Amino acid sequence: MIPVCRLEDLPEGESVRVDTTPPVAVFHAEGELYAIDDTCTHQDASLSEGWLEGCLVECPLHAASFDLRTGLPTCLPARRPVRTHRVTVDDGMIHVHLAAEEGTAA
Amino acid sequence: MRTVTVVGASLAGLYAARELRAQGFDGRLVIIGDERHRPYDRPPLSKDFLAGRADEAQLALSDAEESTELDAEWHLGVRARGLDARGRTVLLDGGRTISTDGVVIATGACARRLAGDDLAGVHTLRTLDDARALRAELTRGPRRIVVIGGGFIGAETASSCAALGHDVTVVEAAALPLVPQLGPRMAAVCAALHLRGGVALVTGTGVAGLRGSGGGGTSLPAVTGVRLSDGRVLDADVVIVGIGATPNTGWLAGSTLALHDGVLCDDGCATALPQVVAVGDVARVGGTRAEHWTSATEQPRVAVRNLLAGRTVATGRSLPYFWSDQYGARIQFAGRRHDSDTVRIVEGGIEEDGPAEGGFLALYERDGRTTAVLSVDRPRPFTRVRRELARSELLVAPTARL
Ligand SMILES: Cc1cc2nc3c(=O)[nH]c(=O)nc-3n(C[C@H](O)[C@H](O)[C@H](O)COP(=O)(O)OP(=O)(O)OC[C@H]3O[C@@H](n4cnc5c(N)ncnc54)[C@H](O)[C@@H]3O)c2cc1C
Ligand code: FES
Repeated sequence: MIPVCRLEDLPEGESVRVDTTPPVAVFHAEGELYAIDDTCTHQDASLSEGWLEGCLVECPLHAASFDLRTGLPTCLPARRPVRTHRVTVDDGMIHVHLAAEEGTAA
Repeated sequence: MRTVTVVGASLAGLYAARELRAQGFDGRLVIIGDERHRPYDRPPLSKDFLAGRADEAQLALSDAEESTELDAEWHLGVRARGLDARGRTVLLDGGRTISTDGVVIATGACARRLAGDDLAGVHTLRTLDDARALRAELTRGPRRIVVIGGGFIGAETASSCAALGHDVTVVEAAALPLVPQLGPRMAAVCAALHLRGGVALVTGTGVAGLRGSGGGGTSLPAVTGVRLSDGRVLDADVVIVGIGATPNTGWLAGSTLALHDGVLCDDGCATALPQVVAVGDVARVGGTRAEHWTSATEQPRVAVRNLLAGRTVATGRSLPYFWSDQYGARIQFAGRRHDSDTVRIVEGGIEEDGPAEGGFLALYERDGRTTAVLSVDRPRPFTRVRRELARSELLVAPTARL
């Protein structure tokens, strides 16, 4: 379980990068919190710097788009999903539970 | 249409094949490519692949599953040699012909060469084979490298060579590299990256010729230096020629298509023959020929639509966009810049020796309007402006372009 930041520090429409290995991106989109691997599965770009529209994030380099709920790419050039991770809020603090550690490589 | 032939099996050709299937074409799909390789991505060749951070598997543009779905007839390692006057027969090297109802020209561009560059140790960087050869040479111990041409590919190549510990000099004929792309002020900022990266930049002098020694029998003489037009000689074990690319239109010489620095097309990628379209680096679409990854991936949608319709029913000159990675900086540019535009830094900053820590965002402006945007390591605000530019272009396009 990795602490990210306080909930009030991640307003709706914002994202933050967590420096785990590999790094994780946490988004506050459509009233929910989502966490996915930060590095695009296409090439080398950080999805936390991407363009958020609804539950989709568009990669800032070649505009592949990923669904935050499933990690699945919705368009080229990405063809592989990003992993999704579980997010919880405890006492106002956002935590990420890495998929690998939970044994559910989603 | 029963048969469509895509000539050129790389980025634009693959995207065209995908579009054909996505838009419902279920006939015979023939793809001809003169490289032996399955479609691969070129941008990493000068970046992570050359620097040894990415391997060949990561360059693949497609996979077995998609190949099955596309259900295409691939002819790889085969060059198309001609297109008949009606655009109905593609002639292949070796004399075979393919009768076809539609043709997508996606033959891209090839690296321009220097007269007399036929020496061992002289490289260009356009193909996987080029990159393999150069990479092999770079792993043989420290080299003195001269990169001729300070454009994006030259700069990225220099950066990758320096990262591998080689001694690198870039020679640029103009007073500053990248001025046509970025304008003088921003070009100066990017040029400073070379020095920061420990690479020497020699500007304002052309190359008079290459020096070589040895050779004989079956082996070529090896390059030993570069003679500059101001009389200086730069010693070199490896020379990389990065002086631009020429569109691959030679094979179309006997066709009736209009060729002028590319295949001339309307705004919908259609040529004068309604069943022949052109996409990617080889296509001069509505007067401009882009050499950008994004154009090569976006043009096929419109081109295929028009091909299947038999006339131009859709146009789409998308907003130019390109990126470049050099010396650890990510440069992104979008829009249509003019020399008279003013440049305003709106985020971050620049220092005497290049971008400030954390990069910057610069807007090109004319008459109070933003025409283009440049970013160094500021992807998020860059995307915002890029999207705004694309949107405003859509709004003004119908009246401005007709
Ligand atoms: C080293 C390098 C780095 C780059 N970096 C960037 C970047 O950072 N950002 C960016 O936006 N763009 C970049 N580009 C440009 C980008 O790669 C091109 O815009 C893109 O490859 C164009 O795709 P294309 O399919 O039109 O042409 P190409 O990729 O050139 O493919 C054309 C294919 O057709 C084949 N062909 C040619 N003639 C024939 C024939 N007669 N018969 C059969 N086959 C033929 C060629 O061998 C080739 O395989 C880079 C290019 C290079 C070389
Ligand atoms: S790196 Fe994300 S789309 Fe290419």
